[in-house]
Amino acid sequence: MEPTLALAATKVDALTFVLSAVIILSGALGVVLARNPVHAALMLVQTLFGVAVAFVAQGAHFLAAVQVIVYAGAIVVLFLFVIMLLGVDSEESIEAEPLRNQRPLAVILGLIALAELLLLGRQDWATGAPSVVAPLTGPAANIEQLARVLFTRYLFAFEATSVLLVIAVVAAVSLARRASAEPDLDADIIESSAAEDAANLEAAVTERQGREPEVTEQQGREGEVAAVGVGRGLANGGEPPPPAPEAPPAPEAPAGGIEK
Amino acid sequence: MTVGVEWYLTLAAALFTIGAVGLLVRRNVLVMFMCVELMLNAVNLTFVSFARDLNDIGGQALVFFVMVVAAAEVVVGLGVIVAIFRRRAGATADDLHVLKG
Repeated sequence: MEPTLALAATKVDALTFVLSAVIILSGALGVVLARNPVHAALMLVQTLFGVAVAFVAQGAHFLAAVQVIVYAGAIVVLFLFVIMLLGVDSEESIEAEPLRNQRPLAVILGLIALAELLLLGRQDWATGAPSVVAPLTGPAANIEQLARVLFTRYLFAFEATSVLLVIAVVAAVSLARRASAEPDLDADIIESSAAEDAANLEAAVTERQGREPEVTEQQGREGEVAAVGVGRGLANGGEPPPPAPEAPPAPEAPAGGIEK
Repeated sequence: MTVGVEWYLTLAAALFTIGAVGLLVRRNVLVMFMCVELMLNAVNLTFVSFARDLNDIGGQALVFFVMVVAAAEVVVGLGVIVAIFRRRAGATADDLHVLKG
């Protein structure tokens, strides 16, 4: 078919292709060139939207929707979440180059690979028997065709992907969980906080004793018990303890720390 | 069908090349991960283009599976990255040479 006639007939298709190509390529270059990882993630969103436009232009409507929802919605949000978790100020230094000439060599290799791809594809892009699995054109909608194929011919692969997702969830949980090889650190934290609590209690007790110098020895002991009770009451939700002399004895300091 | 399949395949080749070069050039592990996503999307675009050209729904079904695998890969990969960076600060891949012989 004549390319001029084809272009005239499908100006909209060509315009869509050019627009999606511009969106995709500029976004991809932005991912590679952006210094800030957050900017790179936003450029990745732009690229994914461009790919979704290309999917729509080629009739893959369901995949375009999944592309926007899963990729641009979930995966990039996950990326941004991890970037924020690890710190956005982790910009990389361009000057540091542990491997000499790695970057120019990478660009040269990439250009060679691109030229190879284009040269190989120049002879005959698409080879193969048409409509092996199921024809794309038909009365059914795209999503219906895809579902029919997924649940008949690719049923085993479909179930395998569900197993894969379960494995990924378990892996993510076990990776992100604090490793069990660090209980000593936690124990240290608890001990130090218990010691801190004991010191605070002692300071409160001495302060209270200092404020009431006229009380007798017996009353002073009662005041100490009451002060300890105040500390426990605050830990228990702010309820003031009864000022009875038969208040429970002062708890051990480590017990207070663990209770907290 | 007049915007031929080779247009989209050329676009996908360019996208794949950008992703591969970015993977080699960048040092930030997260950005390298994003470049892997670029390459996966280039392959997805190729699948959809071939599906249209050969009039076959199988290409689109494969894109579906690629998306699932990519999602699982991102989840596990980001979990690994978080686990690594909990132990050491700094976001460069060159610092991760614990297994170097």
